[in-house]
Amino acid sequence: MKNIIVVGNGMVGYKFCEKFVEKAESKDFKITVFGEEPRPAYDRVHLSEFFENQDAKALEMAPAEWYGENGIDLVTNERVADINRTAKTITTAKDREFSYDYLVLATGSSPFVPPIKGVEKEGVFVYRTIEDLEGMLAYAAKLRELKPNARGAVLGGGLLGLEAGKAVMDMGLEPHIVEFAPKLMPRQLDSRSSQVLKLKLESIGLNIHLSKATNQILGDKYIIGMEFGEDDMLDVDMLVISAGIRPRDELGRACGLEVGVRGGIVVDNTMKTSDENIYAIGEIALYNQMIYGLVAPGYDMAAVAVEQIIGHTDTVMPADIDMSTKLKLIGVDVASFGEPFMPAAKGHSIIFENKTQHLYKRINVSLDGKSLLGGILVGDAADYNMLHQVYLNGMAIPEDPSQLILPASEGGSSFGSVLDLPDDAQVCSCESVSKGDICCSITEGDCTTFGDVVTKTKATSGCGGCKPMVTDLVNETLKSLGKEVKEVVCEHFNFSRQELYDLIKINKVPNYQEALDLFGEGHGCETCKPLVASIFATITMETANRQPTIQDTNDRFLANIQRNGTYSVVPRVAGGEITPQQLIVIGEVAKKYDLYTKITGGQRIDLFGAQIHELPLIWKELIDAGFESGHAYGKSLRTVKSCVGSTWCRYGMHESVTFAIDIENRYRGLRSPHKLKGGVSGCIRECAEARGKDFGLIAVDGGWNLYVCGNGGATPKHAVLLAEQLDDETVVKYLDRFLMYYIRTAGPLVRTAPWLDKLEGGIDYLKQVVIEDSLGIAEELEQEMQGLVNRYECEWKEAIENPEMMKRFKHFVNSDDTDDNIEFVPMRGQKMPKQWV
Amino acid sequence: MQDILNQYVTVTEDAVKEWFRVGETTDFPENSGACIKYKSKQIAVYNFSRTGKWYATQNLCPHKMEMVLSLGMIGDKDDIPKVACPMHKKNFSLEDGRNLAGEDLKIATYPVKIEEGNVYIGF
Repeated sequence: MKNIIVVGNGMVGYKFCEKFVEKAESKDFKITVFGEEPRPAYDRVHLSEFFENQDAKALEMAPAEWYGENGIDLVTNERVADINRTAKTITTAKDREFSYDYLVLATGSSPFVPPIKGVEKEGVFVYRTIEDLEGMLAYAAKLRELKPNARGAVLGGGLLGLEAGKAVMDMGLEPHIVEFAPKLMPRQLDSRSSQVLKLKLESIGLNIHLSKATNQILGDKYIIGMEFGEDDMLDVDMLVISAGIRPRDELGRACGLEVGVRGGIVVDNTMKTSDENIYAIGEIALYNQMIYGLVAPGYDMAAVAVEQIIGHTDTVMPADIDMSTKLKLIGVDVASFGEPFMPAAKGHSIIFENKTQHLYKRINVSLDGKSLLGGILVGDAADYNMLHQVYLNGMAIPEDPSQLILPASEGGSSFGSVLDLPDDAQVCSCESVSKGDICCSITEGDCTTFGDVVTKTKATSGCGGCKPMVTDLVNETLKSLGKEVKEVVCEHFNFSRQELYDLIKINKVPNYQEALDLFGEGHGCETCKPLVASIFATITMETANRQPTIQDTNDRFLANIQRNGTYSVVPRVAGGEITPQQLIVIGEVAKKYDLYTKITGGQRIDLFGAQIHELPLIWKELIDAGFESGHAYGKSLRTVKSCVGSTWCRYGMHESVTFAIDIENRYRGLRSPHKLKGGVSGCIRECAEARGKDFGLIAVDGGWNLYVCGNGGATPKHAVLLAEQLDDETVVKYLDRFLMYYIRTAGPLVRTAPWLDKLEGGIDYLKQVVIEDSLGIAEELEQEMQGLVNRYECEWKEAIENPEMMKRFKHFVNSDDTDDNIEFVPMRGQKMPKQWV
Repeated sequence: MQDILNQYVTVTEDAVKEWFRVGETTDFPENSGACIKYKSKQIAVYNFSRTGKWYATQNLCPHKMEMVLSLGMIGDKDDIPKVACPMHKKNFSLEDGRNLAGEDLKIATYPVKIEEGNVYIGF
């Protein structure tokens, strides 16, 4: 049994272990891993996701138990302090000694902190570990309390610096990026693309300062600003330094291994250092006089070291390392591959630039025009995977190479099918998975779904950038085998939502249980039950009271379930217009039942903290005062937001409030595949944010412009213009057709924007259906919608008037007690749920 | 809160000390869960009327410690009867209480018997 000691438990150190234990030969070795951080290796590439969920576990490469289960001793929180090459031992900071046969150095790098006067001040951070992020979060939280408009700056406009900029923005600080060079991402982008990226980032709220050399950090104890030159200063309250990395080579240096002039431990193509029993991999290894700060080459180095140690000495690192990258920075696609900046002597560049849409694409083509040498994409990197493959595999390019990057005309992409790639094309570079591996797992293995292929090959489990291409490959391969790639509802119904809609409608199926008898199997589940409920609502406008047990919990109790199992109540306030008397009623009810109140994003009032038995009592009072259900709990029309419009506003063109109320009242209670929101603005200043809604109207000279398929949320999207200068009646006609067509054809839980994305022919096709009636169904759609509008009733009113329906608003079947686990704590004069975990 | 969780321990049919009557079958909605109270415990009772089978588990979802499982939608996955927690859709087997996604979460289960239209839970 030989001992391997791995120093460093980062992504590359972990990958070494993972690759090693997969080998049969690994049984002859014992691996001990030392990490100085308190937790096992985590995914640093996606560090900024930590801000979204603060879930350190989700970032782990493998749980702590994984190491033990694979016979690896993992020692965290213990730094290796010394190497004795003669005795072949290491000593840790806790003064423990271990001997090795092979030593693998994977100590990575540390952030480079430039020697600027004042960097030691409070509020100055580096961006590398989860602990760094936790420190920043705590500091930012303190700042936000003291100062409403606190600013956070990032020193460094490289890849990591921009990621840190997003983190600063997510922390609620005004973000600033300060870069020494005259352009952003100087290593990946040329000046023109960097300019496009800058415009785009500025448009989403990042402040960018280029060509700024920071002289000193201002402030007494803590940072208050940065000084660039005389009279050139920037007030900031927090600073994140992201000015490059330095290899953590101190261990190797101290024991006399050969190191580079600017740091890094010198290795050959077997990853061996100048000591034949010591290997170095990842960001500490100096290979070809270069430090590779990307994860894919680090993983390749880990794989090479594994093969070398078990005796497969033919496996070596290639001389050329692919430094292509694609990433999403703050929602902006940025990619570069091959040779991004190419001297004119080697070939020609083709550049497409559209600053109005923040798009830049450049490809570099050989002098004979036959091969692709590299390129840069900013704003839209959808074609990156294909371009990268064309480059890597030296595939033929079209006679007119500009077709590769020009916006696709009729007939779509000039790439052909993903199946045309050679079998050895590397699709997932993080996990070294080739096209052949993926296709064979289906044709020769037993994989039948995308999930199977991921489990089998590990493709997409690294950075995830190859996911669209792997999805295409899986679908195309399945198709080529004659297997139907069908989106079915779930294991209980072997139909798509649209097919099920037709079946239920044509066969006049009366309820869910019968639908399951006729077209399904088993007992159903939380996917198909609410989906079928939504179909019934579309066909007959039945309320959630009729089949309560197939509704999502929110619909079942006609309220939104919140933390600690209490519910919230939202009465409809159409168009956001509310009388003082109505405000008083809501206030009185909230006071009486001790509810937390908050204004919602949809211009209405949410009352939180009601227990289940209180819901009917609360609604009885609201309904008596003239309110009705706001359907805030349903996949249904929520609100139609409005600005005050021409009735009050001196800029208003039309009466936006009146029209918003009319529209909200027309579609109230309408159930749909996902929630629906609308907006009406009285002029192009667009104060109602109508273009961020599923349907939006903007008043213009001569009528309304109708926009459709926008949303806010996780993937914001502006609605696109469907028709211009419409009168009120035509707006309603087009809206009826559009909404009904969407409700009929969209998949479950698909909002209008992704529905339009997938609609073949896109907005042009939608215009043909809605405006020109190309399918000949316009009248039918309008009639169906009118039927639903006529059958509307307030489901809360229905519920409180029917003793049978009221039975479900009770916590226990066998007792009138209420849930005694609900506890509240005070917060800013109101209350909030006590947090258990 | 840990104390509340600890009071729920799976009871198997042969270890029942007390069969506690919780109501008539018609008190429980079909193809749905409902909650009953036994001393300080909250128990979710599930009525699978398509097959006439009944199940019972703790009402507490161990993921975020919320008393909500009886409000979740019920159904089956690969023929295993299950409940989906309404909060984050964690799926639990009603046969043995394990998390169906293989996560380290488990709920206690209790036997149910139906006699002359009455529903009893075994403790």
